[in-house]
Amino acid sequence: MTISHFGAVLLFSLFTSVVFGITQRSEPRMMIRFGVYCFALFVLGTIAASWLMWLIKH
Amino acid sequence: MATNPPVAARTAQNSYLPALALIAGWLIPGAGHFLLRKWIRGSLLFISILSMFLIGIALKGKIYSPNTAELLDILNFFGALGTGLLYFIARVFDIGAASVQVAVADYGTKFIVVAGLLNIISAVDAHSLANGRKHS
Repeated sequence: MTISHFGAVLLFSLFTSVVFGITQRSEPRMMIRFGVYCFALFVLGTIAASWLMWLIKH
Repeated sequence: MATNPPVAARTAQNSYLPALALIAGWLIPGAGHFLLRKWIRGSLLFISILSMFLIGIALKGKIYSPNTAELLDILNFFGALGTGLLYFIARVFDIGAASVQVAVADYGTKFIVVAGLLNIISAVDAHSLANGRKHS
């Protein structure tokens, strides 16, 4: 199996956010909100860290 | 003081249900929630954790064995052990790499370890639901 770095980030973020959403909130509505929030933080955080590393290198 | 059978049965059930949910949730992802009739949550947990584990295997991730080497290796072993039966199946059938051979396998290893950690979180969540610490 081959996978791009960004693909790995999306898959990792998706599955992790599902588990976080279910386990860290009690109400279904709040679970979805927290899951989406975690997913956005994972993806955006990774992109931000990637740019930061690029800037450090250059 | 005499108690009627249904109350006694319920009390007895409540005494072992949290531990059962914890152990079942560890052995099979989402099984703790299935025991508590949380079918959708259990299914989502099962699919998520199993998918992460399988992706990790497909990426040739390393399955850690018990070791007393470096601290990170020991921690990674306990993380992978968190996947419960999946870990033992992988060990018995020699699935997964013994060491990281290619760069992408490092991602695979992280997928496997994190799948185990997420499974522990979901098992503890099932335990909290069973003993009433978490409302619903």
